[in-house]
Amino acid sequence: MSTNDRIDALSPGTFMLDGEEIDFGPGESILEAATRTGHYIPHLCWHPEFGAKGSCRLCTVRINGRIGAACTVQAASGQEVQNNTDELNALRKTLLQMIFIEGNHFCPSCEKSGNCRLQATAYDIGMEGPHFEEFYPERRVDASHPDLLLDLNRCILCSLCVRASHDVDRKDVFAIGGHGIHTHLLINSPNGLMADSALQASDRAANVCPVGAILHKRVGFATPIGKRKFDTLAVSEQVEETKP
Amino acid sequence: MNTAVFPHPRKLKLATVSLAGCFGCHMSFLDIDERLLDLLELVEFDRSPLTDIKTIGKCDIGLIEGGLCNAENVHVLREFRANCKILIAMGACAVNGGLPAQRNQLDVGQMMRDVYCHQVGGTAGNQIPNDPELPLPLNHVHPIHEVVHIDYFLPGCPPSGDAIWTFLTELLAGRTPHLGHGLLRYD
Repeated sequence: MSTNDRIDALSPGTFMLDGEEIDFGPGESILEAATRTGHYIPHLCWHPEFGAKGSCRLCTVRINGRIGAACTVQAASGQEVQNNTDELNALRKTLLQMIFIEGNHFCPSCEKSGNCRLQATAYDIGMEGPHFEEFYPERRVDASHPDLLLDLNRCILCSLCVRASHDVDRKDVFAIGGHGIHTHLLINSPNGLMADSALQASDRAANVCPVGAILHKRVGFATPIGKRKFDTLAVSEQVEETKP
Repeated sequence: MNTAVFPHPRKLKLATVSLAGCFGCHMSFLDIDERLLDLLELVEFDRSPLTDIKTIGKCDIGLIEGGLCNAENVHVLREFRANCKILIAMGACAVNGGLPAQRNQLDVGQMMRDVYCHQVGGTAGNQIPNDPELPLPLNHVHPIHEVVHIDYFLPGCPPSGDAIWTFLTELLAGRTPHLGHGLLRYD
């Protein structure tokens, strides 16, 4: 321990994650460092290629006893981070149940089933039912694009498409608008339809959706149910590759 | 040792019903195949499509397939809750409304008129069926936990035979069922 007890996040060091020592580099968040070293912290709105958003709160951990989102809290020497505890997993299950009832998440009729991070995370946490009353909100489906389908019933407002379109594609096709329960995904086009936007099927933004909100047409069941990404291995056993 | 002091435990009573469902969960229940015989060593069926008994008696376990789309569904569900010690939501429709709940964004009256009166190929003067024996549809389809307390959820569309078997055997053994990866599915 240095002579002053201030948390030092700028120089590399180590912190403890569930009793295991994790190395981190300057400026890395707890989630970045954990993922790079092959450790799973549940998350939906975070992706290794993009900056932190902190909206889904699934990566909530206890840092030296205090609750924080692992994607937004910088790793620092001396941190004792609790991640896989009964208390945090129970909180995460409640968060997932709220995400599920807030939208229209009907897995049996969704092409993304088996490849969906929301579904896989809920399986992993052991979410058996919704617990809360269903909202059944009225949401729009936009099938105007020749190659892509937008189903806002399944959008969880993770904003990964917003960030991918801005950071990688440089097109700013997506934005988040509205407030509170009326928050929704916006399309940047004259009539608000995806067909008239600059979005193409090869764009990063069209391939980053963790749920079934942005889907490619005509490939829905190319991989059969039962042989999909999370059918074979649980999401917690498939920690993403991070770029060095 | 006097075995009479430890009598063989009585069989538990199990009732099942399909409300706003498609009987797919019951078909999946039959997919436990010959394990049904093992199950029958432990339970006795009460009201169920398998026994064709129409009224429910005092039961230990009730399995509910389907959500609530009409007044009769609500009535039957309340009867099950009043008679079952443990009530289980079996399948996607019981758990979150499922396929029937896809009508929740539409007006039920308008839907009835569209289907029975305005359908292309319909006969002039067609009416919405209004026989007093027909249960009235609800404005919205609801999952069953919104009306009565549910003890356990067994999701899936349908839950596989293995999932149902694992769930029931765990429950009958006195443990809280945890299905785990592969058996816990929503599709």
